[in-house]
Amino acid sequence: MPSFTLRVFRGDAGGGDFKEYRVEADDGMVVLDVIHRIQAVQATDLAVRWNCKAGKCGSCSAEINGKPRLLCMTRMNLFAEGEPITVAPMRTFPMVRDLVTDVSYNYAKARTVPPLRLKPPEPDGTYRMMQEDIDRIQEFHKCIECFLCQDVCHVIRDHDTKRAFAGPRFFIKIAGLEMHPLDTRDRTAHLKDAAGVGLCNITKCCSDVCPEHIHITDNAIIPLKERLADEYFDPVFWMIRKLRGTRSQTPA
Amino acid sequence: MAASYETLEHDVIVIGAGGAGLRAAIEAAAQGVSVGLICKSLLGKAHTVMAEGGIAAALGNVWPEDSWQVHFRDTMRGGKMLNNWRMAQLHAQEAPERVLELERWGALFDRTKDGRILQRDFGGHRYARLAHVGDRTGLEMIRTLQYHAIHQGLDVYMECTVARLLKDGDRVVGAFGYRRDTGEFVIFKAKAVVLATGGIGKAWTITSNSWEYTGDGHSLALWAGADLIDMEFVQFHPTGMVWPPSVRGILVTEGVRGDGGTLRNSAGQRFMFNYIPEFFRAETADNEAEADRWYTDKKNNRRTPDLLPRDEVARAINAEVKAGRGSPHGGVFLDISTRRPADYIRRRLPSMYHQFKELADVDITREPMEVGPTCHYVMGGVRVEADTTASTVPGLFAAGEVAGGMHGSNRLGGNSLSDLLVFGRRAGLHAALYAKNFGGQLVVEAGQVEAIAAELLRPLARPGPENPYTIQGELQETMQALVGIIRTESELKTALRRLAELKERARAVEVQGGRVYNPGWHTAIDLDSLLTVAECCALAALERTESRGGHTRGDFPRTDPEWGKVNVVVRLKNGGPMLRREPLPQMGEELRALFEEKR
Repeated sequence: MPSFTLRVFRGDAGGGDFKEYRVEADDGMVVLDVIHRIQAVQATDLAVRWNCKAGKCGSCSAEINGKPRLLCMTRMNLFAEGEPITVAPMRTFPMVRDLVTDVSYNYAKARTVPPLRLKPPEPDGTYRMMQEDIDRIQEFHKCIECFLCQDVCHVIRDHDTKRAFAGPRFFIKIAGLEMHPLDTRDRTAHLKDAAGVGLCNITKCCSDVCPEHIHITDNAIIPLKERLADEYFDPVFWMIRKLRGTRSQTPA
Repeated sequence: MAASYETLEHDVIVIGAGGAGLRAAIEAAAQGVSVGLICKSLLGKAHTVMAEGGIAAALGNVWPEDSWQVHFRDTMRGGKMLNNWRMAQLHAQEAPERVLELERWGALFDRTKDGRILQRDFGGHRYARLAHVGDRTGLEMIRTLQYHAIHQGLDVYMECTVARLLKDGDRVVGAFGYRRDTGEFVIFKAKAVVLATGGIGKAWTITSNSWEYTGDGHSLALWAGADLIDMEFVQFHPTGMVWPPSVRGILVTEGVRGDGGTLRNSAGQRFMFNYIPEFFRAETADNEAEADRWYTDKKNNRRTPDLLPRDEVARAINAEVKAGRGSPHGGVFLDISTRRPADYIRRRLPSMYHQFKELADVDITREPMEVGPTCHYVMGGVRVEADTTASTVPGLFAAGEVAGGMHGSNRLGGNSLSDLLVFGRRAGLHAALYAKNFGGQLVVEAGQVEAIAAELLRPLARPGPENPYTIQGELQETMQALVGIIRTESELKTALRRLAELKERARAVEVQGGRVYNPGWHTAIDLDSLLTVAECCALAALERTESRGGHTRGDFPRTDPEWGKVNVVVRLKNGGPMLRREPLPQMGEELRALFEEKR
């Protein structure tokens, strides 16, 4: 049974440090298994979030050797025996304890996204949508809300989290609504001001860490930026908007 | 003093924020009452997120012959007729509207060629009936509900565990718990309480369930004086991963078989043809050619035995492995790679593809999976009134997995997500109506709260040498070995004896650290409910001396018609569980006629 040294962050809002644990890993184990093994015997109060253990719920986000990853989808055989493994909480969010951070920032942002405004049904009372019209949005709906993209986004990570910026998770949420065949709301003003999509400078760090491999930058953020450019900076669109004013900008 | 605890007040509190809890909270808020939604994890992480295959609803988009009557019949037969018929009827009738409602709230299901909701085949359903999104339907459902809920003016309390319900006389008037991130206690005063806490699957070693599934709602209800029914019926999903050991139990969707995958033993045989029970013989194909034709022509062919109800398939796999015809790691083979093109598999089953590739180094488009039974769902739960979801205690409602009756002795795949929506909505509605008619003052007596607080803090005072994870592990091993798929009297008695010992040892559990986000402490507290539901399950299993659905007795292998007339009811008496047999509600002539027609 290969044996590893894990350096796990232990501490709380008041501070803390990395602590070393020697632990053995069985065949096929992931980092979360090893963390649980430490928790069961060596440190019963080691704080870690987890639920599904299959990459579906997005609870066990952390930074392993500096890289934002899911603990449950990181196999131990990625590491050579004897190679030290550092497990730290997501750095962007305020510390609660050990590997658990306060991710309420994301839940607050979620509430600000203007929700779906439904169009009227077909004459027979149903809604029809073609598969090819929803393929792209279904990609966005794969998001498991692990918030690793928010963690790695340098607009949030290196700056003040209080600024008007939604972050990659909510850009795909907004894009999914904007492209939704049944939606009638216009979110361009929200995108420009509250969501601050202009602050993103397309470094694609978010797409790189996404465990669902969602093309966040290419398929969501860039189209949103284009929409904004069209609406606000293209004189023809500006004129049409002025004259028709079809899509309302009022909140929910 | 109680006054020093954070105290919150709502007309209705909903405990649990999976599909049932979210749907209940949305409905209660729509009735204009104040709603608090409490969840043990972060919002959107509940077990619903892990549901894969789909939501069963007789929309008739793929097979126009489908109707609520056929769905009702399939559900009752799947549950071996032990279901509460009225719940099964409401469920079949209302599921289509609940699915269409999700669509109006933004859910994007996979589509038919003419732009309607596509439906897939699943075990025990006569027609392709499951609305789905690839193999991540639960994620779509919980996200849709979650993002709808946060705009309905309700309050969400995340990472908050409810430890006890509070009562004033006979009626429930709130709940007492703690915030996991700070360890501080909190009192919820409420005119009505909806339990939507899910199941008890964490009581077994090999399980598809997460740490949350410790039977909290079942125990809260029992301790508050409510009845539980059918606790002997536990569903072992036939297909969980078996290798590597660290992923043992993780679910493999029934959609693999619904989309054409077959089960084979080590000799390469499709062994399910050898396990067709008399009860389903008339409607099940007895040869491979007919079974394969059934996927595209349901009128002239009978269903493949690979898609028998879950209890039948789980027992068959168990028997094959015991007979020495298992796969190298103690399961059987589930193969779709030789049956469907790689593109099709990746499109229909993307998360299964991903899960096997990343966790087991298996490419399911090129080779078979190894699978075996995993504890997945409890059919038993709080006894409720079908129409209102009201428990036997005033002010207490229950919906979803924590409620009993709907699925009888075995649940069909896809019927859980629809159950959550149908009865979640009914629970929210009736809890709100109850709250509106609530008479008198909301009174929470301080002594009651102080006693609970002292009990919850005991592990932190380090009373003894026991480790909470060790006790939990031994409980799981006991249930796995002695209260598993096949049960016998002697093993059940041994299990009850061990559970009693564990209960005693659990009093001496101590934990390191303090109250801030301390999983050791949380695990210690959850032992109370886990031990309670494990005991209820073993007791009920010992009582029912027959085999039916998710309860198989090695010493009583036959299904006994007399046992088909009663539920086993568990109730608290003098601090301990007491069993009673009570007659099953009987359906009227019109519904009964649905079962006389043969296929």
